[in-house]
Amino acid sequence: MTQPDLRVTIGGLELPNPVMTASGTFGYGEEFASYVNLHRLGAVVVKGISLQPRAGNPPPRIVETACGMLNAIGLENVGVDRFLSEKLPYLRRANARVVVNVLGDSIDDYRALAERLSDAEGISALEINISCPNVKKGGVAFGTDAKMARAVTEAVRNATRLPVIVKLSPNVTDITAIASAAADGGADAVSLINTLLGMAIDIRSRRPRLANVVGGLSGPAVKPVALRMVWQVARTVSIPVVGIGGITSAEDAIEFLIAGATAVEVGTANFINPRATEEILAGLIAYLKEHRLASVRELIGSLQLG
Amino acid sequence: MEHSQTRTSEVVRSERLGSDIFRLTVLAPWIAEAAQPGQFVMVQPADGQDPLLRRPFSIHQVTGAGAVQILFKVVGRGTSLLSRIRQGGQLNVIGPFGKGFALPSGVEENICLIGGGMGIAPLLFLAKRLIGRSAVVGCRLVALLGARTGSELTVLQGEFQQLGLATAIATDDGSSGHHGLVTQLMLQNMAPGDAWRVYTCGPHPMMRGVVEICQGMAWPCQVSLETMMACGMGACLGCAITNPKDPNSYLHVCKDGPVFEMSEVAWR
Ligand SMILES: Cc1cc2nc3c(=O)[nH]c(=O)nc-3n(C[C@H](O)[C@H](O)[C@H](O)COP(=O)(O)OP(=O)(O)OC[C@H]3O[C@@H](n4cnc5c(N)ncnc54)[C@H](O)[C@@H]3O)c2cc1C
Ligand SMILES: Cc1cc2nc3c(=O)[nH]c(=O)nc-3n(C[C@H](O)[C@H](O)[C@H](O)COP(=O)(O)O)c2cc1C
Ligand code: FES
Repeated sequence: MTQPDLRVTIGGLELPNPVMTASGTFGYGEEFASYVNLHRLGAVVVKGISLQPRAGNPPPRIVETACGMLNAIGLENVGVDRFLSEKLPYLRRANARVVVNVLGDSIDDYRALAERLSDAEGISALEINISCPNVKKGGVAFGTDAKMARAVTEAVRNATRLPVIVKLSPNVTDITAIASAAADGGADAVSLINTLLGMAIDIRSRRPRLANVVGGLSGPAVKPVALRMVWQVARTVSIPVVGIGGITSAEDAIEFLIAGATAVEVGTANFINPRATEEILAGLIAYLKEHRLASVRELIGSLQLG
Repeated sequence: MEHSQTRTSEVVRSERLGSDIFRLTVLAPWIAEAAQPGQFVMVQPADGQDPLLRRPFSIHQVTGAGAVQILFKVVGRGTSLLSRIRQGGQLNVIGPFGKGFALPSGVEENICLIGGGMGIAPLLFLAKRLIGRSAVVGCRLVALLGARTGSELTVLQGEFQQLGLATAIATDDGSSGHHGLVTQLMLQNMAPGDAWRVYTCGPHPMMRGVVEICQGMAWPCQVSLETMMACGMGACLGCAITNPKDPNSYLHVCKDGPVFEMSEVAWR
């Protein structure tokens, strides 16, 4: 049998296959280069970048939980200048398709970042992390308010020609409302989910296990929630959806595609198996062959109901 | 682009060195060849998703035959699962990771290795790399080892002695050696006027005690630190510690360490 066609398009971003990395779990790509051929991945989504470098939260920043982990890294990153001068050149040499995840405290921050990154060569798309607090609006996360989500999306949309993927927070009452707001604001695609807010307590000391008290839950524990949200969003918006949350195997990735995701991002699994992305890709190819599917696109949104 | 291995390794030896202390020897030539003392490996405690994350362990020894050893104490679920692995079993180990001990460039120094509890693990590997050089110039090479109780040290002390190191031990319960802290052994074994280089790994309060003495004596000292780690390879940024030289940034134990110069670490 001939090789199945793995190509997918996410709002103008053409990818050779649908397996990407999730922001914050793959460093700036280089960390994994001895395990994974970065060029073979659909795309590398780098750690969230802000205008200025950020130190992040005090430790302890991570704790393991049942089938998952909580993190409160606090968006530590090198800032856009050092990203462009120190991190991007490596990814370009490795021939990786680079999606830059961006974050800010204000709409102006997001706009400025979009402008800076659009001028650089070697960036394929922007992923807008809207789970961050809007400092000017009392710290309410952009991603929990449809109006703010739309406003951020519009600002970025008007500042760049790159495809814009808006990354949604699951910590909302109705994620489809936020997805629709992003679509109305001009997003080319949405990706979901970011981490679910959680906490853990040390019962001996009665102290929180994270210095930040609360943190984001990720890993296999969140997969059913993520899958449900991806399915709901894919039914609601007409732009492509990128599925994220607890994907550790090809089977997990295929579930997301069937639920309606056009591509997937692999996160926490990279920590346990640094070759997870390539192995998921190989498993996806094997599945397509076994089920005699000529293209991965036949899987997308193929959920059988009733 | 090099290709690091993620495949599972065979456990060729499984030992119990104390009531809750174990040692596993796995065949992983690609790690054994690359490993430097002070570096660590990330070990998957079990198949499946619970416990989810790998556990970091210092490289305790490597052998010419391509084997890598870890020495560990059972403190929770992951180490409990690891303690049940027998010879012939399988273990998924990746690495080596991190920045190890910097070997001395000069040769006129006496060297003291100070280990507490499982902090002894990386020091045996370090001792093996150091014996060659100090024998030549006749410098002293000493190991000071601390543990809760004497039985935990029987095998390990013997191995340091076999390498030709002078050893002294301290136990919390006084069952063997000095009754008290391993730091109290320092001034008994290290003449203040002499030039010493110190390498230490162990519980934080113990290392702080070692560092205070070294600062007082102006002895250079390297310390090996532990934090929670998700990836071990600089990707998750979970292993941050305070950077005393720059309040606006953190150090990352898995990449900047686990071995640091004592002056790089905030001890308060
Ligand atoms: C670089 C490095 C080298 C290490 N080398 C050794 C070694 O050679 N031998 C050895 O016995 N142990 C070593 N450790 C500690 C070892 O990783 C932990 O004991 C182990 O992860 C505990 O797993 P668990 O599932 O049994 O415990 P858990 O159930 O996860 O936790 C039990 C207890 O151990 C603590 N703990 C959990 N993870 C870590 C961690 N990564 N570092 C420190 N404490 C932790 C927890 O806070 C808790 O108090 C090292 C740690 C690091 C960071
Ligand atoms: C340690 C860590 C750091 C993360 N950092 C970011 C980040 O900088 N920006 C972002 O949009 N998402 C970040 N995420 C969220 C992941 O990209 C992903 O959405 C989430 O972890 C769910 O996927 P998973 O279960 O496969 O990990 C981070 C997750 C983890 C575990
Ligand atoms: S353990 Fe992940 S960056 Fe250090």
